[in-house]
Amino acid sequence: MFNYGEVLETINMVEKEHLDIRTVTMGISLLPCISGTAEKTAEKVYDTVCKKAENIVKVTSELSREYGIPIVNKRVSVTPAALICAPFADKSYLIGKALDNAAKELGIDFLGGYSALVHKGMSDYEKQFISSIPEVLANTERLCSSVNVGSSKSGINMDAVGLMGEIIKKTAEKTADRDGFGCAKLVVFCNAVEDNPFMAGAFHGIGESGNVINVGVSGPGVVQHTIENIPNANLSELAEKIKRTAFKITRAGQLIAREAAKRLDAEFGIVDLSLAPTPARGDSVAQILEEMGLESVGTHGTTACLAMLNDAVKKGGVMASSRVGGLSGAFIPVSEDIGMIEAAERGTLCIDKLEAMTAVCSVGLDMIAIPGDVSSSTISAIIADEAAIGMINNKTTAVRIIPAPNKKVGDTVNFGGLLGRAPVMPVHSESAEKFILRGGLIPAPIHSNKN
Amino acid sequence: MRAVVTVVGKDKTGIIAKVSSFLAERSVNILDISQTILQEYFAMIMLVDLSDAKIQLSSLAEECSRLGSEIGMSIHVQHEEIFNAMHKI
Repeated sequence: MFNYGEVLETINMVEKEHLDIRTVTMGISLLPCISGTAEKTAEKVYDTVCKKAENIVKVTSELSREYGIPIVNKRVSVTPAALICAPFADKSYLIGKALDNAAKELGIDFLGGYSALVHKGMSDYEKQFISSIPEVLANTERLCSSVNVGSSKSGINMDAVGLMGEIIKKTAEKTADRDGFGCAKLVVFCNAVEDNPFMAGAFHGIGESGNVINVGVSGPGVVQHTIENIPNANLSELAEKIKRTAFKITRAGQLIAREAAKRLDAEFGIVDLSLAPTPARGDSVAQILEEMGLESVGTHGTTACLAMLNDAVKKGGVMASSRVGGLSGAFIPVSEDIGMIEAAERGTLCIDKLEAMTAVCSVGLDMIAIPGDVSSSTISAIIADEAAIGMINNKTTAVRIIPAPNKKVGDTVNFGGLLGRAPVMPVHSESAEKFILRGGLIPAPIHSNKN
Repeated sequence: MRAVVTVVGKDKTGIIAKVSSFLAERSVNILDISQTILQEYFAMIMLVDLSDAKIQLSSLAEECSRLGSEIGMSIHVQHEEIFNAMHKI
């Protein structure tokens, strides 16, 4: 029989500390859908997604009730759409629309994979596909898009980086009535992972099998609570405690992932243990860092605290699951984390500090609002900096940035729900245009030559 | 299939009687039961078997949660495996 401490600990984690399974994401290959025409392909895409993920909402709510753990989001990721749109790239929007309709039919909030992988080169059809992103994101509700522009193995495709600055601007303009909301569904990656269950960057990689279940577990509140309980512990003791907590959280995720895969007749993919905050108080990564001893996130010491947190979370997670994947670490999306929002409003947290933090955490510059009049070349330069950090450090980095139309520094952009609100943050005003216009490829680093 | 029933709340007379008869009506068999008072709070953990139960685990969880609000206690029913996964290596 179980002891009181163990049973009540699990119940407390759920009831008081916001432990949840953040997402059960089904990865679906769209390769069998490729047909002679865009129309036929779109029809097959819709049917395939609806059929494969038919029971995802039903099964996850059953699991949630049986195991007593909330499963917050049910999602689908698909093969990067640029691949299946190659023969008719001018009609890519039809595939986007079909995917969005499938998401609505299934009753899921997001579907990811309107994506292109152009980290080494960009063909005309890929360029055409990427150019469709602003229009598609403006005319769909639940579709998410991502573009991989660099990798440690291939370098950074600066032509794609330059193009993405323009695409982000256009997406913001086309969704200006919603403060540039389209950009919240668009991620630019370096070293994108193929099995990430988290949105907006999820897609179903080309090396994956046909139908898999990837699960993302979260628990910033649980980790924060662990630290609160040992206020005088030194950092080695703290790291050890975080590891143990991460272990328990991941085990819950592993159990749900295996069971969900079985009931949905899919393969078990990976568990992604990421501390993913929500705008709710007590569900914040920033508050964990502050609990570690910082007056405010963004001050000196933030990078070190985050590095330790990220590493401890990974170590606990790896021990707990037979397959850890995705991004696994700590997320720092500004608009989705109450501690980050408040620090940005106070001016303690700036983009430069966030950039440093992305060198040691699992993702990148995430959900950051900047003034609407920032030039596309400046956005490209921000992407290039992030991609460089990812490329050199062999890690995933991403940029999800919102140049909010007609907004200035000091204004706030409100997306509501899990996406939260973002104070508009200042960027450097000096130009990087000449650098971006050069184009070409930043060669892969010397340490990529391992063969 | 086995599940863990947890009952927590302010101590009063008849909690075990109410919960166990509620389970018996649904043919849920109690395998093990352990009860204590933790900081003035009643805490009970039951290991139950649902093999012959007239009810699915997910519905039992919902009904028990309703019973909990009626008698002013917090009642959770969860699949046994979640505790094995989180607390045993």
